[in-house]
This record gives sequence, structure tokens and C-alpha cells, in this order.
Amino acid sequence: MPTTKPETAMQYLLMIYHAEQQWADLPEAKRNAMYGEYAGFMKAIQESGHFVSGDALQPSHTATMVRVKDGKVSRTDGPFAEAREQLGGYYLIKAKDLDEATSIAAKIPSVAHGIGCVEVRPILQY
Amino acid sequence: MLARIIAEVFRAERARVLATVIRVCHGDFETAEEAVQEAFEAALARWPIEGAPAEPRGWLIAVARNKVIDSIRRRVKLRELVAANETDEVADAPELAVADDRLRLMFTCCHPALALDAQVALTLRTLAGLTTVEIARAFLTTPEATAQRLVRAKQKISGARIPYEVPDPTELPDRLGAVMAVVYLVFNEGYAATAGDAWIRRDLCREAIRLARILVELTDAAEPRGLLALMLLHDARRDARIDAQGEIVLLEDQDRTRWDRGAIDEALALIPLALRAPGPYGIQASIAALHAQAPSADATDWPQIVALFDELYRRQPTPIVALNRGAAIAMARGPTAGLGVIEPLRSELAEYHLFHAARADLLRRLGRTDDAVRAYKSALACCTLEPERRFLARRLVTLGATG
Repeated sequence: MPTTKPETAMQYLLMIYHAEQQWADLPEAKRNAMYGEYAGFMKAIQESGHFVSGDALQPSHTATMVRVKDGKVSRTDGPFAEAREQLGGYYLIKAKDLDEATSIAAKIPSVAHGIGCVEVRPILQY
Repeated sequence: MLARIIAEVFRAERARVLATVIRVCHGDFETAEEAVQEAFEAALARWPIEGAPAEPRGWLIAVARNKVIDSIRRRVKLRELVAANETDEVADAPELAVADDRLRLMFTCCHPALALDAQVALTLRTLAGLTTVEIARAFLTTPEATAQRLVRAKQKISGARIPYEVPDPTELPDRLGAVMAVVYLVFNEGYAATAGDAWIRRDLCREAIRLARILVELTDAAEPRGLLALMLLHDARRDARIDAQGEIVLLEDQDRTRWDRGAIDEALALIPLALRAPGPYGIQASIAALHAQAPSADATDWPQIVALFDELYRRQPTPIVALNRGAAIAMARGPTAGLGVIEPLRSELAEYHLFHAARADLLRRLGRTDDAVRAYKSALACCTLEPERRFLARRLVTLGATG
């Protein structure tokens, strides 16, 4: 991957969405192979200087929604279970422009295998 | 007098000047548009006193560029841009750089990360110089909605940093395809006999042809040549396809002496270049060229047109292409052969009025009047375009039926 000059770089949040069931239904060998590819991907974007941070998330049924109304905190189970695809992980990257960011997004292993999609959002700069 | 000349320079040069200034601003459309506007205002103020410069475009670019640098200097957080500007761009040969800039601008306006309607609006605003009101009128929407769409698109270009550059060779074919799709959409919007202001529609066709000329001028690829030829050949028939009462005249009934020979000749010269690497536009242009060269519908080289549709269908196996191929087969080998190709498309095209109209026409030619009447009625039931409805109703009358 091309290296990027940090002083001119933008930051983008790559949010990885997929149907959790589809991921869970993968044969174990395939899933393990995918974990290996993720490790390789992570190493590649660290070495190229694009990586800022990134993690996989626990399944969406472990999530809690917090709202405050009239000073009172409510905590509920959520997000809505009807959503077809769930946020499964993210990377925060540096890239010189949107084209570089989207070309990195397309190399995220699950997406590269046709599972789910990535939302690429530029970070607001003040 | 001079004000009118300046207005003409503005119309002719705005896109080129803007394209270069956007590059100077590193893709900041808003700042570039303001600076170009200020440069033209400066021209209005200074040319009457100082005389018009020998190189109006160069003068405008230089003035707009200085305005940009002033405006960037005023914004402390963008200091780094000034530094970048001072080190590059200045030494560029102006003519070459401007040519490249218009191509950059096309690729940025038609970037796949923008919604298609935003791509179209942005292309018409920045490259064709249409106003927000004109774009809204052409696409039957409100000026407010168009303005909002343009603002959002420009914010995305600068906010998400969509690059202002010609894509690298691996991506070029796809990206060129996206640009051509927008250009052809603009053309078809102008060419379709639907509602809307006739004058603005004619302008859309002219702008689409102008944009295709830029693509031909600035790239070596075959398909832009096919696209330009295709649009020129359609546009050459513009005056003959509507009669004095505003009714549709079918290709076979058109007065061919009213076709624009100049446009046809220009298109015919492009066809061999388009066919070096034939794609869908080049093949469609070749089909249109065979029509343009034929003295009458009967004297048209239908077997060759069928062969070209076979080729087109191989690349674009859509039911619409299959329907057109069926109509050509009917002309080459008779209505029965044509019906054999068209009938199986019913399940996919049941809602498409031209499927029923094509079928009705073949049944009419076979003397199957009752079947033809039923098919024309089906066509009428799913057609919403007024001129086409009137055409179908007239056909029903000639068959002794009423709509």
C-alpha cells in the first residue's frame, strides 16, 4: 500500500457492517482463515502508515443504549434488532483522499470476500 | 458593447477558468466559484478602461488565482495551502494545464461517491455553466432542491476530500464510463419528447455534445468517440422527428432532407475511431450511422443493423436491447421473425409501452387487426408521455378502433 504524508492526511472512520448471523454461519475453518487475513491486513496498514486505531466489537446483543431525558438516565437493551446488518468493527485510518480511503476499505478481509459493507466517513477537522 | 463581449467571454471561458481555479484551490469548489465571479467582475470594471487583454482566459485565471490566494491568506487555518500554491502550478504551460483541468473537473463532478442526480447537477452547473434555475427546470424540480443538492455535493467533495485528478489507468475505464453515463443522461433528458421547456431541452443536448467533445479532445479512448457520434446522429434528426403540429414522426416517415448533414458527416468521420475498440456507444453509433446513410427506411442495410444489435446484445443483454434487436429483425426478415424475438420478452417488459407498441406494429403489418388493436390499447394503458399517447391513439383510429 502507498505510504501517506501525515501532515496532509485526512482521517476516515471505516465502519464495518455485516449480518452477524452470516458471520456466525461460516464454517470454523473459513472463520479462522478470515481472522488470519485480518491480522495480515492490520499489519499491512500499520506498516504503510495508514493505521490509527481499530477494533472488532462484541456482538450487537451485548449493546446498551443510553438516553437522558429530563435529567434522568435510561439504559435499554439495543440497538433495534430488526436492522439487517450490524456494526461489527471499525478502523480509524489516515489517507490522502477519499479514493485512497475507499481502496483501503475494499481490502478489509470480510468485505473483500463479499460479506457486508463498509461505511467510510471523514473525520471532522476543526 | 464591451459588456456584451465580456459576457460572451464569460459564457465561453467560464468552465475552463473555473476548472483551473478549482485545482489551484485544491478542490475547494466554493472558494473557486467566488474567485471566478470576482475575476469577471474585475474584467467588467477594468477592461473598458485598460482595454481587453490579448489573452482573456489567462488574464481571468491569473486574477481569480490571486483572489483565491488572498482569500486563503485570510483564513489562517488554511495556511499550508498557500505554501503549496507558492511552490507549484506557477510554471505550468497555461493552455495544457487548462485542458487537463477540464478533464479533472469532469472526473470529480462524476465521482461515484456522489449520487447520480448530484453528478448531473454539478456537471451542468460547473462545466456547462447552467444556472440553478435552468437545471431545476430541465429536471422538473425546484431551484431550492437543486441548490441544496449542489451545496451538499460540494461539501462532500471538500469535506470527504474527493480527489481533483484524472484517475490512474487501472481505474480509468470505469471512471470514464461514469462520466459518459452522465453526459448521455444529460443528452437524453434534452432529447426525450417529454414535458419541459423546449429551449432548455435543446440547450441540454448542445451541452452534452460539447462535453463529449472535451472527452474526445482530451482522451484517446474509443468509446467517447462513439458517444459523441451517437449524440450527433440523434441530434441531426431533431427537426425531422416532430411535425409542425408537435406530433411524433417515426424514423421511417421522416423527411430525410431535413436531417442535419453537417452533424452526420462529423459523426461518420468518428465511427472508424470508435470502432477501434467497439463498446456499447460505438455500436449504437454505428447503427445510427447506417440509418443516417440510408436514402429511405426500405433502402436501409437491415441485415447489418441486425448484426450490430447481436453484437450489442452480447455486451448488454438487457430486455430493451433485445426489443430493439427484434424490431430490426422484423425489418430484415419480416414481421413473423420479429414477433418470434419480441414475444418472449413479455414477462420482463409487460409494463413498458414500447414493448406493446412494437408488438402492435408487427401484428398490424401481418393483418392481425384485432390482436394489433389489443396491443395498442395495452401500450396506451402504460404510456404516460402525451405526444406518444397521441401517436398510439392515432394508430388505433387508423385500425378502425377507438382508444
